[in-house]
This record gives sequence, C-alpha cells and structure tokens, in this order.
Amino acid sequence: MREQRKFKIPIGPQHPALKEPESFSVALKGEKILGVDIRLGYNHRGIEKACEERTYVQDVYLIERICGICSHTHSTCFVQAVEEIAQLAVPKRALYIRTLVGELERVHSHYLWLGVAGHEIGFDTLLMYTWRDREAIMDILALLTGNRVNYGINTIGGVRRDIDSAQTKEVLKAVEQLEERTHYYIEIATEDMAISKRLSGVGMLPQEDALRLGAVGPTARGSGVNRDVRRDDPYAAYEELSFDVITDTHCDVYGRTVVRLKELLESFKIIRQVLKNMPQGPIAVKAPRKIPAGEALSRYEAPRGEDVHYVKANGTDKPERVKVRAPTLANVRTVKQMLKDRFLADMPIVIAAIDPCFSCTDRMVEIKNVDSEKEKIISWPELRSLSIEWYKAQGVDFTKLNKKLGNV
Amino acid sequence: MVGSIFSVLLFPGFLFVSVLALYSEFIDRKIYARLQNRVGPPWFQPLADFIKLLAKEDIVPEEANRNMFNLAPAFALCAAVTAFLYIPLWSFNSLCSFGGDSIVVLYLLTIPTLAFFIGGWYSTSLFARIGTVRSLTQLVAYEVPLFMGILSAALLADSWSLRDIAFFYTQHPLYILLNSIGFVVALISLLGKLEKGPFDIPEAETEVVAGVFTEYSGRNLAFLKLSLNVEMVVGASLLAAVFLPFGLNANPLAGFFFFILKVSAIVAILSLMRTITARLRIDQMIRFCWKYMAPFAILQLVINLILKGVLLR
Repeated sequence: MREQRKFKIPIGPQHPALKEPESFSVALKGEKILGVDIRLGYNHRGIEKACEERTYVQDVYLIERICGICSHTHSTCFVQAVEEIAQLAVPKRALYIRTLVGELERVHSHYLWLGVAGHEIGFDTLLMYTWRDREAIMDILALLTGNRVNYGINTIGGVRRDIDSAQTKEVLKAVEQLEERTHYYIEIATEDMAISKRLSGVGMLPQEDALRLGAVGPTARGSGVNRDVRRDDPYAAYEELSFDVITDTHCDVYGRTVVRLKELLESFKIIRQVLKNMPQGPIAVKAPRKIPAGEALSRYEAPRGEDVHYVKANGTDKPERVKVRAPTLANVRTVKQMLKDRFLADMPIVIAAIDPCFSCTDRMVEIKNVDSEKEKIISWPELRSLSIEWYKAQGVDFTKLNKKLGNV
Repeated sequence: MVGSIFSVLLFPGFLFVSVLALYSEFIDRKIYARLQNRVGPPWFQPLADFIKLLAKEDIVPEEANRNMFNLAPAFALCAAVTAFLYIPLWSFNSLCSFGGDSIVVLYLLTIPTLAFFIGGWYSTSLFARIGTVRSLTQLVAYEVPLFMGILSAALLADSWSLRDIAFFYTQHPLYILLNSIGFVVALISLLGKLEKGPFDIPEAETEVVAGVFTEYSGRNLAFLKLSLNVEMVVGASLLAAVFLPFGLNANPLAGFFFFILKVSAIVAILSLMRTITARLRIDQMIRFCWKYMAPFAILQLVINLILKGVLLR
C-alpha cells in the first residue's frame, strides 16, 4: 500500500484563524495532524528594555500597553511589585476599585473569547451576539475610567479615579443584564448539538499533562487543576471577598468553555460584593519618585491565567530590571500536546481555547544563524548600528539628525 | 432564431438568472445579517461587489496551470446557467424540455463543484488543495440524498421530465405533502452543494483560508462567486418546481410573482439554517449525511413506491 503523502502547511504568521502573527507549521497526512511546530517572536517590541529607560510612573502606562485586552492585569501586577518594594500602604478603597476594574476586565475578556471561539468553529452568530453584549461592559469601563481599553486607572500607591453612587448604579444595571445573557450562553454552549460536537473531545489535556506543562488559568482549570492566584495568593481585595474557583474535569475545549462561562458568574458575584462593601477613604497615597533598592515578584490572576511581573529597583527613579511573564507563555506549550492526532479542522479552536495573546508573550528574540544553528547574543550598541545600517539600506539616513541631537 | 437567442441570453436566460442570483445573494446576506443583529448590506451591494471585483487585478499563480485556472469559473457558470433553462419557472413550459431533463439538471448542477475542484487543484496552493479534496469528499456525501429526494418525487409523478412532474403535482396538490421528507432532505443537501451553513467545510475561513477560492482574484473570483449564486438560484428554483409547484397555471404575471416568492423563501430558509449552526467537521458531515439523510431519503423512496402501487393503480 502506498503511503499517503505527507505535507506541511503554514498556519501563520498570516492566517485568518490567527489574530496576531505567530507561526504554526502543521505536518498533515490527509486531514490528520502529525505534528506542529510553534514559532513565536513575531511581535517582540522590546517593552522590558524600554521600561528600564523610563521612570516608574511612565512605566505604568507603558506596561499597560503590553496587552489590549488584559491591560489592567499588567499595570496592576507591575504597580503591586513597585508598591511592595517601596512598602506603600495602599488605601482599602483603591484596592477595591482595582478589583472592580479587574473583574470587569475579566468579564469583557471572557465574552470576547466566547465570540472568537464561535468564529473559529464557524458559528459567526455567536460572535455577533457576544460582542454586541460585550459593548455593555466596555461602556461601563469607559464610564468608570474614561477609556475602553487602556484604562489608565492605576497609579503607584493607589488608583486615579474614584467611583460615585451614580456609577455604582450603572455598573449594577449592566451586571444584571449581562448575568442574564451569560445564563443564556451557558445554555447554548452546553445544549447546542453542533457546538458540543465541535468542542467535546477536542484538544484533550489530561490533568497530569496540564501540571507537567505548567498550564495556568482556565486552561488548567478546565483540566481539573484547582489553581487560582486570587484565592491561593490573594492580592488587591480578594482576601475579603467570597467566590468559588471553577474547575471542570472534561479536560477538553468544552471543559475550558464551561470554566470560562461559569467564571463569568463568579465575576458578577465579586463585582456585587465589591460595590456593596466598598470602604470609604482616600484612593491613593503619595508615592516617592525614587523607589528604594529592592526586588519584588508580583502575581495576578489574569483572565487568561497567572501573570507574573518581576521588578528590581536600584534606588533611582528608573527600575533596573522589569520582567513580564504573560499567561500565554505558560499555556502555549500545551497546544502541541492538544493537537496530537487531531484533525486540521480542530486546529483553530484548540489554539483559540488557550485564549492566546501572542503580543503579550513575546519577550525575547533568539537570533540563530540559519546555517550553523548557533545562537548569537547581540549587544545594545550592535543592535543600534545594525538598525542604522538597515535604515540606510532603505534610504533613510539618520547621521545628520544624530549629529544635531549630539549622539555619536 | 432571434427569439431563442433573446430567451437564452437575456430573458429568462443568462441576464435574468444573473440578476436573480445577485438578488438572492442580497436576500441571503441581509437575512443573515438581520438574524445576527447587524444592519446588513444595502440592496445594490452584490452588484457593487461584482463590479468592483471585475475592476481588480486578475492574478494567476506562477505555478498554476493557466488554462485550467482561468477556465474553471467559466465552466461553473455555464453549467449552472444551462441547468436553469430546463426548469419550469412560472409556467409549465420551461425554455428547453425533454423526457429526462430532471436528470440533466441534477447532472449540470454537479459540474460547478467539479469545476471548483479543477480550478482549486490547478492553482497548486496547499490551502486550495485541501479545500478541493474536502469539496469532493462532501460531494459524495450530499449528492446521493439530494438525488433520491428529488427523484422520489419524480417517481410518484411517473415522469423524469420536470415539466410533467410540475404538471402532475398541480393536478394533485395534496400529493405535495407526501414528499415533505424528501423536501427537507433535498433542502439540507442543497446547503452542502452550495457550501453554506454547517457544511461550509471546503471554504472554512479559519482552517483553509478560502479553500478552493484562495488563489482566485479579480474577474475570476467575481465569476466564481456569481456561479455559486446562480447555483443557489437554480437549486432553489429546482426545489420550487418539484416540491412547491404552486401558481404555475395562473397568469404569467402572478406566476412570476409566485416564482420570486418561492425562491426568496427557500433562500431565506437556507440563510436561517446557516445562521443557527456551527460548522461541522468533514468526518461529522459525512457521518451525518449517511446516517440520517440517506436513510430518510430511502424512506421517502419506499413510501413513494408503495403509494404509487396503492394510490395510482
């Protein structure tokens, strides 16, 4: 019998299934996936290095722009680390407002994910419906913070905006409306035949594999790993709030969907508690411009999983080192495992099920010489001269400008 | 001579069916959009898209077989338009008709799929190739129930000619109800043929980019899209002629109105079905077709055989 021809198809860096550039090279035999090569690094923006060049306050806004969906996650995580080094006592009310915005962000992120998942399995109606309902939460975020995406509400030592009773009422109204819709979506996701056909049994990740590969967030909880930073290592106001950590034992895409949808209900519970128990008082303490030397590691349960920031201070107004580990980096390795022996048609939804955010993830570019496979480390001046040459080749010359600015 | 050229090219031939195709694309898109809580396109959008595509650059991949790549859209369009000429639209007299034209129409309706296959295969793109293999696999699954659904109605009417079938059911309007299983089966198979709704597997955007159409652009893409829409009109009018032959003996104007209404209704049902379902996987689709659709089509066939023995003796 002649062996069926194997071939490799490139999913990415540009492909309609992916919203960001990353490359999955899929070896196929017919419709069956034999293996996947994942390559990240198309979105490296040098944010960590840029943080070292800026002051702490500037960094808050820069860090917020790591991600367009969990922007509050990153800024809170960073601010927490800095506050720990500077030993600032953040007012209770500020912590509650941070929690509120964080949970609203989780709601909009999970809604967004549900729509994307619907699109990936060819169910665009779900996409249109969820994204329409998501607008309510976006409006609420704009009302509370002034922005729909990069809220800019965090500052070192607290938050920048207070919340009044009229806003509270609006939030409660939106939450009530969204809760009703969430019940409807849970019904759809669990009872619709075509959806459950496309989701159950797809992208299996048994619990031991989830632990071994270090999965985080809903990806891990969908495989029965009971892990949530909000409960295990409480930050902000979570210690005083009661909520359940949702887990599911289906270990497949269906399990992850159920976890996300039920987490929405928990988020609504948290939001209600926060609004009810919000203490009075100031919303920020004054932070020193220069942060004393020290280092801190801060954890935050982002909608996608555990986000980790490490900050090292050296006594000046600029950090010595900032390190960001976004949740997708922890989850992306599981994709390879999940796609083993599956069909090409499952690929988009399996990738989408970890709720990937690749531009958050890209922290480092490893330069390998194609011929020798040898790694090479490029220093800052080398990189700079390389870029100047590159621009020269494109016909852009910065020599005059550099002289004018006094750079050599 | 002049009269028949007029009928083939203008009315009710090529030009009319093209306009009808654009109209049904509009109906489809508008209903799809409204059901999804969107505004949807204005009425001239399909025409505007068509003209825009005609004006765009026509790119043929270097590796592709130029002739096959360029001919495929023309083949698809011609076959679909030819099929239209055999279907009784608003009176029993279709433009062309002979004893076995129902078979010919079904056969002509298969050609666009094969033309897509040829075009996709010779474009040599990996995504197009996966799409073509998928569309052929799918063809095997939906074609049998579709044939059985339509031919069992022909069996009861005791004729292979669409004109006679329509005439028979106009004479015995209640017999139409006996074919309802066949109607539903044919309607769902039509979704597979048009690569719509839960069966849009060959052109699944998130998996194989645009499947067969990945490498097509400009004029070729415009004609491919048009031929798909013509296929939709032909499929809808075929189902209307076989399963819903109302108003065929009314005066021409009322008959025309009825015809447009029937086509719109069938297109609307197709859009509804694609709104409320997620895309199936190819293996699930084939299992669905052979496990549920084919047995139901056979059931309809058996029912009609028995009825023919009992009722019409």
